[in-house]
Amino acid sequence: MVDFAGWDMPVQYSTIIDEHNAVRQAAGLLDIAHMGRLYFRGPDAAALLDYVVTNDVTALEVGQVRYALVTNEAGGILDDVLVYRFPDHYLLVVNASNREKIVDWIAQHREKFDVEVDDATFRHFMVAIQGPLAGEILSTHVETDLVAMGYYTALETKVLGQPGCVSRTGYTGEDGFEVIVDVERAVELWETLIAAGAGRGLLPAGLGCRDTLRLEAAMPLYGHELSEEIDPYTAGLGFGVKLQAGDFIGKSAVAAAKANPNRRKRVGLELEGRRIAREGAELFVGDTPAGEVTSGTFSPTLQKSIAMGYVDAPLAAVGTALEVDIRGKRAPAIVVPLPFYRRS
Amino acid sequence: MDPASLKYQKTHEWAHLDDGVVTVGITDFAVAQLTDLVYIELPEVGRTVSAGESFGEVESVKAVRDWYSPVSGEVVEVNSDLENRLEILSDDAFGAGWIAKIKASDPGQLDRLLDKAAYDKHCESEAH
Repeated sequence: MVDFAGWDMPVQYSTIIDEHNAVRQAAGLLDIAHMGRLYFRGPDAAALLDYVVTNDVTALEVGQVRYALVTNEAGGILDDVLVYRFPDHYLLVVNASNREKIVDWIAQHREKFDVEVDDATFRHFMVAIQGPLAGEILSTHVETDLVAMGYYTALETKVLGQPGCVSRTGYTGEDGFEVIVDVERAVELWETLIAAGAGRGLLPAGLGCRDTLRLEAAMPLYGHELSEEIDPYTAGLGFGVKLQAGDFIGKSAVAAAKANPNRRKRVGLELEGRRIAREGAELFVGDTPAGEVTSGTFSPTLQKSIAMGYVDAPLAAVGTALEVDIRGKRAPAIVVPLPFYRRS
Repeated sequence: MDPASLKYQKTHEWAHLDDGVVTVGITDFAVAQLTDLVYIELPEVGRTVSAGESFGEVESVKAVRDWYSPVSGEVVEVNSDLENRLEILSDDAFGAGWIAKIKASDPGQLDRLLDKAAYDKHCESEAH
C-alpha cells in the first residue's frame, strides 16, 4: 500500500505484470475512488465549466464525455479532466492530487456564474472495469445496454438496482467502463464484480499497472507529463483545446504556445536493452542536452523498455536517435510513434 | 542453500562462506518487494570490490535497487544465467538465483552481518 494524494492505495494486488496482462487480455477492476468528482448544477453550469476548461463545454450533448485541460492565465496546465454532461447537471472528474487546487481555482472564478458546485468525492465511490471482457462482466449488474454505449459517453442508470452512473471511459487504452455509486454500495459493487469476473480472468488491478497501462497507451499523467510549466500543445493535447469556441482562462497564452514552432514536444521513446529510463532521466544527442524523460517503464505488452519525455522541436521526428542517461550510464533511445500500444 | 545458515545485510543481500569464497545473492524478501523483475546488472569477473560497495543493480517495473558486497575481495564468478532468465531469482533466490562469488580478502568481515533471526526481525520492521 502507498499513500497517493492522501489515499491509501495498493500498488499491486498480485503482480503488476499479471494485472496488466489481465486488463489487456480479459479484464481488470481498478478502485478509482480517489478521483475527484465535482458536480455542477444551475443555469450557468455549462458557462462556468466552459470558462474554466479548454474544451467547448457548451457544445456537449447530453450523455457526452470530453477530455479537457484546466489552464492558468499563463497557459500552464493545472489539471487534466473529464467533463460529463447529464440531463440536468455536469460532472467534472479531476485528479486526486489536484482536487483541492481545482476546487479552490473554481471558487476563485465562479463569482459571475449562477451555479452550485458540489464536491461529492467522499460521498461517491468510483470503480473502473477495463479490458475486452469488461462489458460482458459488468452487463448483468447495470440496467443499461452497454454494447449500445458509444466510447466517451455516460448515463445515469441503476447499478446493482440502485441509482448510479456508467461511462464508457478509462485510462488503460483498453475498452472499458467506469462506474459511480453511492459510497455505501462500494464494497458490494467491488465484491460483486470480482465474483462476476473470477471465472473470466478478471483481476483486481492496482496503481502499478494503471501506470504501465496508461503509459503504453501514451496517456499523460499529471505530475509527470503535465504540470503548470507545460501548455496543452507542448503536451500534444491540442485535441482537448477549442480555440475557436468561447473564452477560457489562459486562452491567449495557449494560442501563443500553439503558434510557437520552437516549443518542445512530447515524444515516445523505445530504449535499447531492458533498463528503465525513469522520470527525470536526461536525454542527449552526443554531449548536447536534448530534453528529459517524464515517465518510463518496461512495457509488459511489447516486452520493451519504453518512455515518454519532452525533447526540443528538431529532435521530435520519429526515428531520431537519442541517448538517455540512466543513473550515469547511457542507453540508446529512438523516437517512436505514440501510442506504443493501440487495441485492435 | 539453507536460509538458516546464511548471513545477511540490512540491504537484503545474503552471503555464504565456503573455503574463502563468499557466494552472494539477494533475499526472497527483496525479490518479493521488487516483483516483476526486468533487468539485472552483474559485476565483471575479476573486479575488486570493497565491503559495502555497490557492485550491481536489479530493476523491476516498480523500482531499481543497487546491491552491496558483504565482503572485500575479487569477483571470481557471476551467475550469467540470470541475464536471460531473471525468473530464476524469483523462483530460487537462495539457490540457483545466486549472483556472484567473491574470493574474500578478509572472511572475518562476515561476522558483522546479521543472522537469520536478526534479519527476519529487520524485514518485519521494514514491512511496517
